[in-house]
Amino acid sequence: MIPAAARTASPTTDTLAEPERATVAAVLAELADLPGALLPVLHGIQDRLGFVPPASVPLIAQALNISRADVHGVVSFYQHFRGAKPGRHVLRLCRAEACQAMGARALEARLRETLGIDFHETSADGAITLEPVYCLGNCACAPSLMIDEEVHARVDADRLDALVARCREA
Amino acid sequence: MAIRVYVPCDTTALACGAEAVARAITAEAARRGLDIHLVRNGSRGLYWLEPLVEVATPRGRVGYGPIRATDVPGLFDAGFLDGGAHALGHGLVEAIPYLASQQRLCFARNGVIDPLDLDDYAANGGWKGLEVALALSPAAIVQCVADSGLRGRGGAAFPAGIKWKTVLDAASARKCVVCNADEGDSGTFSDRMLIEGDPYRLIEGMTIAGLGTGADMGYVYLRSEYPLAFRLFGEAIRRARAAGWLGADVGGSGRAFDIDLRLGAGAYICGEETALLESLEGKRGQVRFRPPLPALKGLFGQPTLVNNVITLASVPDILAHGAGGYRDYGVGRSRGTLPIQLGGNVKRGGLVERAFGLSLRELLHDYGGGSASGRPIRAVQVGGPLGAYLPESKFDTPLDYEAFAAVGAMLGHGGIVAFDDSVDMLEQARFAMEFCALESCGKCTPCRIGSTRGVEVIERIRSGPDRDGSIALLRSLADTMQHGSLCALGGLTPFPVLSALEHFAEDFAPRT
Repeated sequence: MIPAAARTASPTTDTLAEPERATVAAVLAELADLPGALLPVLHGIQDRLGFVPPASVPLIAQALNISRADVHGVVSFYQHFRGAKPGRHVLRLCRAEACQAMGARALEARLRETLGIDFHETSADGAITLEPVYCLGNCACAPSLMIDEEVHARVDADRLDALVARCREA
Repeated sequence: MAIRVYVPCDTTALACGAEAVARAITAEAARRGLDIHLVRNGSRGLYWLEPLVEVATPRGRVGYGPIRATDVPGLFDAGFLDGGAHALGHGLVEAIPYLASQQRLCFARNGVIDPLDLDDYAANGGWKGLEVALALSPAAIVQCVADSGLRGRGGAAFPAGIKWKTVLDAASARKCVVCNADEGDSGTFSDRMLIEGDPYRLIEGMTIAGLGTGADMGYVYLRSEYPLAFRLFGEAIRRARAAGWLGADVGGSGRAFDIDLRLGAGAYICGEETALLESLEGKRGQVRFRPPLPALKGLFGQPTLVNNVITLASVPDILAHGAGGYRDYGVGRSRGTLPIQLGGNVKRGGLVERAFGLSLRELLHDYGGGSASGRPIRAVQVGGPLGAYLPESKFDTPLDYEAFAAVGAMLGHGGIVAFDDSVDMLEQARFAMEFCALESCGKCTPCRIGSTRGVEVIERIRSGPDRDGSIALLRSLADTMQHGSLCALGGLTPFPVLSALEHFAEDFAPRT
């Protein structure tokens, strides 16, 4: 398991490319005045860009009048937020108990092998970023995984291979 | 008149292929020139039958499932629009024994109505509890909830009436209602199912909670793993607001209450109520010291009622039908019904809402139909990742908060996960520690450090030379975590670990 801190690079002074800067500014303009705005802002940025660029941290901090350390602390605390651009698809495999009882460990091993990557990494062809998830609420039809925002039930080795192939094609 | 055909839009139904089925039915009806009205309902919770297609006939709704898109032309050939016989037909849905034997209160409308249709909601008993509440004083509302015997369904089972009264009695210009929809326990899905299948029930329950405690603002904290529930509930809030059920003038009463939907970000600890409040405030989800209680000093320092989805969704019926009607269900100090979620290695997984008192064995065998794999069920974990693993000898324990506590287990949020005899219980114990290490908020040492040491010592039990010494160390570590942790994550992780060690000691023996 890669510790959370390693997944999200420290706030840096890297400059944000212009389209990304405009996106971050638009999200901040829309949401910064909410009470407890930081999570909605981070979701807004990741929904639009696919990740929370480390270089956006100073902008967020300034808009919300909190320290860069505060923003970085929150980004790195939550597993949902990622600090690097993901592959074309994000495959989130459930590792929790109900799925374990139906063979999730074997699916995990198969995914690591076929994709040649560990959790929080992206396949060499840029098709799939592999992430663990702890319960998708689909426990009556386990094992489960989610590709982008679509949940798949009763996944076996053949289904898994077909889903991976589909991700690689598109 | 167009024939009404129902295809669920619930996450699990969709994960089983409901979208393709819905498209196939629409296309096939068009091809045959038949007039149908396709309704996307929530799920009944008979998940082993999903996608469960229902057709409204003069004698009631007839069900077919599990249906694949390729089955659809055959359904038409069999005359399913008139309830015709088919190999996948189950007759009247409400007569299916799995459903007919349930006592559905909270989930009475689930799968029956179109989740976002306000007319459907009102026509099926919606807003009745709120109408009663609007005519009552806050103290009378709180008294009704207290009299019902309702206890928090999130897992801690704290009496709801006492919590509501504490918030009501707290003097403050502003108060909040927070709905905990961070359903992180593996094996649980009732919150998701309710939000996707009957979202206005939660809105109604939260509004009653606002009236009862004097709060004019509500927040729903929903986990990010539920994107469909997020979209659906967001739309439900918008429609309820447009119809005047939320906002400055709730149902024309002159009272104000509104709801904001917020998304978590993949942190299990945020299901703990004080960590949830920190997260809502835009901070790391770290547990707060208590006192002060959230009921007195919660979100942004205001008195805050934090209740689980099912607790709040139980309230409309309690108001509408009286506290006594609810209290009459159940046993001992566990009153009312519990939506039990059957998952993992069972043949017929799904949602079973019954009065407290049912035994695990009845659930696993009468409802669940035994294991999905056909092998014997060896272990059952009840109450999520912090719940104890129970062996077959404990399957006659009745589902009741106190009865479970007596066998060193907990009911929690009502999730039941079955494992067959291929399970390696040492590995399950190791995973419990790994999960705690991964999800620990880091604030207290027993949880933060203890969980990592726990993984190591369990691995040494398997591989190392001094097995007895390692087991003694594990017990001591579990004792420290249980009694020294700040919240339930570190405090309860020893339960799955020690129960595995106690009931399945053979898995901790040296391998020959």
